[in-house]
Amino acid sequence: MKHQTRKATRHVNQNEGLIFEKSSPGKAAWRLPPLDVPEVDTQELLGPSARKHLGNMPEVSEIEIIRHFTRLSTWNYAIDLGMYPLGSCTMKYNPRVNEVVSRFDGLANAHPYQPEKISQGALRIIKTLSECLIEITGMDAITLQPAAGAHGELTGLLLVRGYHDSKGAPRKKILIPDSAHGTNPATAATVGYAVENLKSNAQGMVDVAALASQMNEDVAALMLTNPNTLGVFEQEIHKIADIMHAKGGLLYMDGANMNALVGKVRPGDFGVDLMHLNLHKTFSTPHGGGGPGSGPVAIKKILEPFLPTPVVITKPDGTLGFDYDRPQSVGRVRAFYGNFGMFVRALAYTLANGPEGLRQTTEDAVLNANYIRKGLEGVYDLPYSTPSMHEVVFSDKLQAKKGVKTMDIAKRLIDYGFHPYTTAFPLIVPGALMIEPTESESKEEMDLFIEAMKSIAEEVEEDPQMVLDAPHSTRVSRLDEVAAARKPVLRWTPAE
Amino acid sequence: MRYLPKSPADREAILKAIGARSIDDLFAPIPAEYRLNRDLKVPRQMAESEIVDWFRERSRENGDGYATFLGAGAYYHYRPVIIDSLISRGEFLTAYTPYQAEISQGTLQSIFEFQTMICELTGMEVANASMYDGSTAAAEAVMMAVRLTGRRSAVIARSVHPEYREVLTTYARHQGLPLSTVDFTDSGRLDLRQLEKSITAETACVLIQSPSFFGTVEDLVAIADITHKHGAMLVVAIAEAISLGIVEPPRQADIVAMEAQSFGVPLGFGGPYCGVIATRQQYVRQMPGRLVGQTTDRNGKRGFVLTLATREQHIRREKATSNICTNQALIALMANIFMNVYGKVGLRELAKQNLAKAAYAAQQFGKHAKVLFSDAPRFHEFVIQTSEDPRAINNRMLGHKIVGGLPLKKFYPELGNASLWCCTEMTSRTAIDTAVAMVAESERSSKSANAEVAEVAR
Repeated sequence: MKHQTRKATRHVNQNEGLIFEKSSPGKAAWRLPPLDVPEVDTQELLGPSARKHLGNMPEVSEIEIIRHFTRLSTWNYAIDLGMYPLGSCTMKYNPRVNEVVSRFDGLANAHPYQPEKISQGALRIIKTLSECLIEITGMDAITLQPAAGAHGELTGLLLVRGYHDSKGAPRKKILIPDSAHGTNPATAATVGYAVENLKSNAQGMVDVAALASQMNEDVAALMLTNPNTLGVFEQEIHKIADIMHAKGGLLYMDGANMNALVGKVRPGDFGVDLMHLNLHKTFSTPHGGGGPGSGPVAIKKILEPFLPTPVVITKPDGTLGFDYDRPQSVGRVRAFYGNFGMFVRALAYTLANGPEGLRQTTEDAVLNANYIRKGLEGVYDLPYSTPSMHEVVFSDKLQAKKGVKTMDIAKRLIDYGFHPYTTAFPLIVPGALMIEPTESESKEEMDLFIEAMKSIAEEVEEDPQMVLDAPHSTRVSRLDEVAAARKPVLRWTPAE
Repeated sequence: MRYLPKSPADREAILKAIGARSIDDLFAPIPAEYRLNRDLKVPRQMAESEIVDWFRERSRENGDGYATFLGAGAYYHYRPVIIDSLISRGEFLTAYTPYQAEISQGTLQSIFEFQTMICELTGMEVANASMYDGSTAAAEAVMMAVRLTGRRSAVIARSVHPEYREVLTTYARHQGLPLSTVDFTDSGRLDLRQLEKSITAETACVLIQSPSFFGTVEDLVAIADITHKHGAMLVVAIAEAISLGIVEPPRQADIVAMEAQSFGVPLGFGGPYCGVIATRQQYVRQMPGRLVGQTTDRNGKRGFVLTLATREQHIRREKATSNICTNQALIALMANIFMNVYGKVGLRELAKQNLAKAAYAAQQFGKHAKVLFSDAPRFHEFVIQTSEDPRAINNRMLGHKIVGGLPLKKFYPELGNASLWCCTEMTSRTAIDTAVAMVAESERSSKSANAEVAEVAR
């Protein structure tokens, strides 16, 4: 490596094949207790439905499983190793007390259908978290049922439909800014709405004049991310809300970027009618390599009759219970009550912070993004000079002159010991570098990041090919994604 | 705040570097009239020890230490301890979706192995990286069949988990997708004659569950014949993954939508769980959710990547196969480790214990109450019909630290005082015998009460 990196040093890590390649008959990692009821004859009980064989399922010992997954784990980058500046993903610290409390027996072993009498603890957790999230968002009611952000969007648009249908005027369209996440239009289509694109103005914000001309009685809602995907707060939010409401439309807020707002401003106060939250972003539940998430939807009073069933209520005797009798409900979006384990973690996070911790967290998140912006301004092109909130979006315009694109810079960043930022999103910025440090980064870690990014910019000038060939220090070099998609190999098969 | 790594001096230094006078400068873009000038009304900041105490108290209120006979889509199985040791490694726990393949090979390879094992167990050719849960997987599988066939309606067995059906109804409502239902017969199995009549030229698929909500194993061969004869697809939901250890998988299905919660995922009051969709290779491009594929790097070395992303929302936006974005990677990892622990032989032996426990329990209950649907094979759930309302019996059982079977009146009023019971390897013979004794007692008092009424009437 031409330039020094202070963040990371290469060291040996273990090779490991597929678990199937370690399997051999007779090895086992299990032992069942003796059966305390009579043995049964499977063939007699199941007849032709009795299974003959379990194919190529592995046979391995416990130590092999431990080594297998421990070795695999060392091939991953993680928040626990360092800054993970994926824009729009809010990769913050995942507190360990969350993991401990969610595993308490009475919570981890609670069956969703156990009587309410012995579910009061779980119901209390749902109720308390609901109250906290309603206060944080400035809304009136909430459902915790959706399993992820996109699932929350789906639930939100079902509520929008329920609302307009109840007015006897089902509407056809959803307005979505061109800077939106892909899930927004995909969700609108799933709920049977047509999608109409809304162009951004020169500051990267909603073009209010365009919105006014596109808004009519056919539009059910505007799906707005605020701060938007450029990390910019929609300053004319009150006008946007007014335009929607004047024509009977609703303002939906994608809460992906709520980490910029908690404790400083509440969407319910600036005209939002409904929004989803990502507990795995703002509220610190672990991303786990891609899930589980949790996507509660907070709403204003007008939407309450349409909430998915069941809803947690306080019964006349003061105990908590589920209310299934909700004739105007949009229905269920998931079996049971949602990703309860994530509610426990999100509430533990909220309790660990309290009001001042939540506010300080938001302030630090915004402070950090602006520090990165200041550190890299001029080194990378900043397409929108509008003030940044919790994330900053650069472009690869300067480096593209040397043939180096955002993905190449990202891959080179890996050699410096960092996880890359989000590449090529939002779509309104060609060659975007979307950086969200979150509040979890110290000044020292950010200084290392800025140093690495500056160093890469120099490398692009001096030796662009070296950057194009990155990463140089990983177990595998760049993988052939085209071949993977052309002839998909989606499972292991034994050698003939 | 203990999670924040900056001293007041750091914050000052950063503000200075940015050229801001105070933190308020950075929030200036928010119109002043909306800024919150007070503390949020949430509980005060707590010490870690207080948080632990608070949740331990909630855990206690939640009836810790009961023996349970509840199943119905959420199953209590033993969780080998290495599951939590391994998934607690920060490299798995605190990583994002593996978009950057070079530094995500651990997650990617483990998903590839998960996909492989799900294929082996279901008899399908491809499986995805996971879905939210079994209910949403079933709904997404039906939508997938609609895309594949170009037909616009679906036929659903009433013996599919009622909440799965509710979710599907929610999803189908705005897709202009009419749903019709098919009943079960006295054997608990699908009514094949009614099925034959229900399928039309517009039927995209038939959705069944096997073992069904009642624990009954369906006649897959017969159902597949009827379904395919009419050009519709067969979608099979599996809510109890352990059944795959001993029950023949639905090889005749076109799409399998399963819930893998039984594979080492805590009950956790209903979630997070782990849905999966598996299907035939030829249908993979209409499959929702993430997929991991094998490929090579620039030096020809084996590696894994997320693939076929052109199906997905971040590329296709409103034309995507689904709006799904996250999967349940960490939960799929739990299932993966569980499948490795039990493996080829252990899964069968484990399933066999479940089968034996339920067979014993059904036989014992059958001495005192009516066991419904006993003509068809079943796995580890069964339905009993009592004279007394099962809620009343269950209430008394709670006093013995036993949670009785699920009363079915809410979902199937026509079954009267029926309840759905589940036994797993965790159900002790003592618990079964105690529950049976209480049902027997209930039947005796109902009979003597009836006799008294008859006496008075005479």
